[in-house]
Order: sequence, then C-alpha cells, then structure tokens
Amino acid sequence: MERRLLMGNEAIALGAVRAGVTCVTGYPGTPSTEILETVARQKDGRIYVEWSVNEKSALEVAAGAACAGARAMVTMKQVGLNVASDPLMSLNYVGVRGALVVVVADDPGPISSQTEQDSRHFGLFAKLAVFDPSTPEEAYLMAADAFACSEAQGRPVLLRPTTRVCHSYASVTLLDELPRRAPEGFHKDGGRWVIFPRLSYQNHLKIESELRALSDAFSAYPHNALTGRGRLGIAAGGVSYPYVREALADIQVDCKLLKVSTVPFPEALGLSFLEGLDEVLVAEELDPVIEDALLRLCGRRGLRAVVRGKGTGDMPNAGENTVAGVRLAVRRFLGLPAPEGGEAAKADGEAGEAPSPPARPPVLCAGCPHRGAFFAVKEAVGRRRAVYSGDIGCYTLGNAPPLDMVDTCLCMGAGLTMAQGLGRVEPDTLHFAFIGDSTFFHTGLPGLVNAVYNGADVILCILDNGTTAMTGHQPHPGIGRTASGAAAPRVDIHALVSSLGVTALARVDAFDLPAAKRAVAAALGTRGVRVILFEGPCIAVDRGGAPCAVDGDACTGCGRCLRQLGCPALARAADGRAAWIDPVLCTGCRLCAALCPVSAIGGGGRPC
Amino acid sequence: MLNLIITGVGGQGTVLLSRLIGQAALDKGFDIRGSETIGMAQRGGSVVSHVRIGADILSPLIPPRGAGLIIAFEPGEAVRALPFLATRGAMVVFDRPVNAVTSALGGGAYDAAAMLTYLRARVGRLTVVDGARTIAACGGAKAINVALLGVAAAGGLLPFDRAEAERALRARIPARLLDINLRALDFGAALAAEAPRERDGP
Repeated sequence: MERRLLMGNEAIALGAVRAGVTCVTGYPGTPSTEILETVARQKDGRIYVEWSVNEKSALEVAAGAACAGARAMVTMKQVGLNVASDPLMSLNYVGVRGALVVVVADDPGPISSQTEQDSRHFGLFAKLAVFDPSTPEEAYLMAADAFACSEAQGRPVLLRPTTRVCHSYASVTLLDELPRRAPEGFHKDGGRWVIFPRLSYQNHLKIESELRALSDAFSAYPHNALTGRGRLGIAAGGVSYPYVREALADIQVDCKLLKVSTVPFPEALGLSFLEGLDEVLVAEELDPVIEDALLRLCGRRGLRAVVRGKGTGDMPNAGENTVAGVRLAVRRFLGLPAPEGGEAAKADGEAGEAPSPPARPPVLCAGCPHRGAFFAVKEAVGRRRAVYSGDIGCYTLGNAPPLDMVDTCLCMGAGLTMAQGLGRVEPDTLHFAFIGDSTFFHTGLPGLVNAVYNGADVILCILDNGTTAMTGHQPHPGIGRTASGAAAPRVDIHALVSSLGVTALARVDAFDLPAAKRAVAAALGTRGVRVILFEGPCIAVDRGGAPCAVDGDACTGCGRCLRQLGCPALARAADGRAAWIDPVLCTGCRLCAALCPVSAIGGGGRPC
Repeated sequence: MLNLIITGVGGQGTVLLSRLIGQAALDKGFDIRGSETIGMAQRGGSVVSHVRIGADILSPLIPPRGAGLIIAFEPGEAVRALPFLATRGAMVVFDRPVNAVTSALGGGAYDAAAMLTYLRARVGRLTVVDGARTIAACGGAKAINVALLGVAAAGGLLPFDRAEAERALRARIPARLLDINLRALDFGAALAAEAPRERDGP
C-alpha cells in the first residue's frame, strides 16, 4: 500500500476517486479549491469534472448526475453553500438515486473568508448527515464513508473539512479502489423527482425517522469514539480533537475523551460518555454544535453533568482554536497549572526589545492590472463625490491605502447591486462598482440585467484579468478552457454586455493609463448604465517583462509613485531620498513611469 | 521529532519548500504532519508553514516555543516568527528584505539591518544566508526556496542530507525546472559548507 504526502484537499479528492465518483463539479473558494483540481489532475477518463459558473449551478449539475444514479461530488467553500442553499434544501426532500457528497470547507479564523459560519449547522438546518474529519487521513477515509452513507440513505450528505484539515498535510496510506458500478440512468419514477407540498410533508416524516436511525448508526461509527475514564470528560471534534489529544499526552489525570465526527450527534455514544461525569469540556471550532447536543442530552435524560465550552466562556466563540489555547483550557479544566512559558521572556530581556517587523497585509501584486484600473478611475474622478462598491476577489485588496478604492464589499456579485441601491438614496453621487471576470459570471450578470431593466445610474468596471486569480488561477467561461484543460467555447464579456443593450460600453487596456482615464472621463459625462471593461492579464499567469528602474539622478524624491500606487516593488533607496524599484518584484508594467512627473523611471514594458 | 517553521512573504515559494522537506522526510520513513497558509496572504502577506517530522504526530500546528528550526525567507518575517522558536532552536535566515507597502507609505522605514542585529543577539544557532549572492548564483529569486533547502540539509539541520533532498527535488519538480533547482540546491549546500553557523549569540 502506497503512503503519500497529501494535503487534506488532495486526500478528499483521492478518497472520492477511490469511492468511484464519476461526476465532480464546484466553484473555487479557499479553502476548498484544491479538491476539484486534484480530481481533474488524475486524468481519469471515468470522471467528468467541471468548474461550474457558481455553486448553485455546480450543485444542480451534480444533483442531476446523482438523480441519474451516479456517485457525484460538488465542492465549495462555506459561503458558497449560501449560494447553493436553494437547491440543497429542496434536494434533500426529493433525494438522489446514486450518491451526492457536498464538500463544503469551513474557515475558522476566518483566514480567507467573509464569515465564520458553521456548515454543521447548515446540515442540521437542511436535515442532512455531516461528516467532519479531524485530519487528512481521516478525510481520505470519510470521503468513501460519505458516498456510502449518501447512497444508502438516498439523500445528499455533507463532508465538512475546515482550513486546518484542507490545508494541512500528512502521510496518507492509499487503499485499493472500492467496488464500483455504472450509474443506472434516470428513471422517471412517476413524479418522484418533482417537488410538491404533499410529497414534501411525507418526505419530511421519513427524513426525521432516518435521522434518528442515523444517530444510532453513528454511535458505532469508528470515527466517533469514546476512550478514558473518570468523572471529568472532554468532547472534541474536527482539528480540535488532535489539539486535545496533544494536550493530554503528558498528563496523568483520569479523563474521558469523546470524539464526535458526525451530524446527527451519536446520542447513544454521548450517553455512555456522560454517564458518571460531573463536568464536561467541549473543544470545537465555530458554533457549539457538540456542546448543544450534549446539553440537550443532559436535559432530556435529567443528567447532572455541567457542560463547559463556548456557552460558559471556557472556550472562545470566535476565531480558530490554537494548540496553545486548547492546551491551556484543558489543563485549567483538569485543575492543572498553566504550562511553563517564562524562559522566552527571560531570553528576550537579555537581547533587548524586539524590533517591530513591518505590518504586512496582503496587497495587489506588483504589475497587477487591477492597480491600473483603480488608479485610472481615481484620477479621472478627482474630487467628485463617489462611492466605490467592491466585490470578492483579488481586487478587494484595492481597499488598502493608498488606492482606497473599495467602500463596500459584501458577497459575490453584491457590488453592482448595492451600488444601484446606494444610487436610489444618493442620486447626485457617482456610483462605481468593480467586479472581476469570474465573479461577473458567478453572480454579477443578474445584477447587470437588473441595472439595465430598472434604469440604474451606475458605472460598472469589469476587471478582466483572464482568470480566477485569488483562488489560484482556475479557468472560467470567458477563457476558452475547461477544468480538465480541454478547449471550450469562450463567452465574450464585451459581446455579452453589449447584448443587454448597454451602449455606454468601453474596452481599455488596464496598463494604458491615459486611455483608461479617457474612458472613465467619457463615462462620467453621461448617465445610466455605463460599463468599462478593463483588460490586462493576471501577473501571476503572464509574468510580464523586464523590470523598470529609477534614474537616481533624475528622481527628485517627490515620492508620488510611492504615495499613490501602493506597489510592493516600490520603496525608498538606501539614501532615503530617491525611489527604488526592487527588480525581483517589478514586472515592468510601467504604471509608475506613467505618473512620474520628471520621467525618472525607465525600462520595463511588456514583451509584444 | 523535528518541529520546523518556514516563514516568508506570499509569493516567495515557502509552500514548495515545506512540501520538499515533507517528501524527503517521508521517503526516509518518518511520519509527517504540517499546515500551510493558503489564501489571501499569498498576495504579498506574511505566510507561515508548519512542518512536523517524527512519529505519532497529532496536531498539524506547532505551539509557541515549539520549533526546533525556523527557516525564514526574510529578516522581518524571521523576527515575527521568533516566538515559535524553542529555547535552543536553530534558525536559517535569508538576509535580503522584501519591502512592505506599509513602510513605503511612510509608516516608518523598514530597517532590515536592525532585524538581523536582533536575531544575532537572540538566536544562538543562526545561519545568515547572503541573499544578493544567492539570487545572483541562482539566476533570480525563483529558486531561493531550494537554495535554503540546500543550506539546511547540508548544514545538518534536517533529518536528511543533501542527496536525500535531491531525490525529493527530482520527485516533485517538473523536468524543465530541474536544472535551475539542482544548481540552487548545490549553491545552498556550498554556502552551508563554507560558513559555519554563527555562534555569536547567547
């Protein structure tokens, strides 16, 4: 059996392949993206893989395949499940014939997300089984369990890893492929697939009884486990479980340990755990799902155990858990002193005060075309009052100084529609919306139709860098390539916008500052729906050309380039006066050269 | 067990280094567990990889004061990661700073020399890698991750040697990029041989 170094997301992908998945769809989103990419890289002729236009479409495509008897999987991040929630809620009532595993990656922290929502609660809300792995090895095995569960139940199932499972890695033992069979195909089944109120009532009754049976089955599930003894107990799920085990490794105090990896909660196992306990500590991230299940069980059975966790302030109710934080909480719960930590402070004292490293938030890359687009709009608008509605993608980073060009950011596609609402209240303000190419296809398009139909007064800037950049350069409908790398029809954004009847439509090179400013100025002179398509390739895909360089004698040290662009390649030279361009970072976009008042910046330029 | 922190600025190639180290350790029969920073921070933000090599490893993250080795691609990030370093831990630091936009905007110049001075005073087992020479020798900044792998492997800081590092490189790096990376590995190994670790700290 082969042992391979795998990231959690790769493990989930290979686990699904092992389980005989034949249709995989998804929309990129950190921390879920590498799952679908890994399946696509297998070049397994038995598996259909697509990046869908958004999560709702992805789930519906996968649902169709599952209704035709396939083992299907759809991948997304937690906020993607909000987009896909409409089909998911209904699909559970209708059911599937094959299997549908919805992989939804949660992001405690959050590290790269808008919310800290807990998809286990989505499982409870939608009345779905949820598998919650604590390591990449477990995620590999659970992928197969999730397919088996979905097929046995005839209902979709959630597999919910979190960032520290998705983006952690481990040596995983790969197992033989499981038996597979060809999808049966679609049977019409006299209306089974058509959701109607009467059918939903009957199915609701069935779902509730199935969930009770699942809770019993999950009490015997190997990834739910009870160990230890004593009058104190710790319950944990997800990556908090290994944190707890690490904290307990060098402790000689009797303690029960309950590992919970599923929704519905394994009640019988939970009762064995609670039996004879005085106090319980629950370690889990995001919502108190295990904690609430234990409290409910205590209430229903009249048990006297005190349940400590988020509700009692013993564990944090926001952000991700840490090894050190869990260790401290576990030791406190067991009545042990805090771990030693004094040595570090002593050593620091000897070496003097630590200098502060520079704050280093994420920034638009050197040579990013979005910087050109933002700067052109900023210059053209000047002192007029304007509100800049942003969206989700690399260009959200346009919020940082000195660009400061993102006033709102809510969710995928919201920039353009929020701008319309802002305009209904402040008609004399300029309302801009910025959206990337992939996000435009995802949920931007309905907002544009809404603007045209309702006669909004907005300027939409579509920042087309020819890729889905933030998540690592996935293809989308505007690129002409599929997730598998095959050629695909290319949906032309310019033609699409034009077809909606938008006549104030310009297309400019994001790196051509004078032309871009002229296009914005022209848009400022009219009203209604105006669209500017800024084109320029993502610098991480198209590496640009030779770096620019500052002529130290010509540079007056005015600092205009430094103050206005926020380019990471720009700094002061060692003499503290002239500007300096880091040749390692600069890609020669020449945006700084275009605004230098004394033409002190040379070189660069894009290869033709 | 070796607990290793790799830190740098998004885009410098820290993730590949952690994968190469993991691969070489796996090939030697160790268990591996670790965690990456993947997401927004990869756009020029601070990134940290945790790598744990040994047997029966539980958590993918290393607690504060838990790292026996830190490999830092940048002096400021080295200082930021210092709370992870164990009392007698070792550090390899690439001395070429990456400027921060926040500094360029006037929020205080970024004084990389002060970072290195502090590291020299604070870290007993410190290896400072000459960034300018490395970039010149490796034909750019793309392969500094592999040069640092060479420094650490040849310097006896990892549970495998230079030849074993090379095997991982050959297994993980696409053929067209192999030559430049093998050169970087050799350059790093040569650096480790020519410059014994600085021991002017406590």
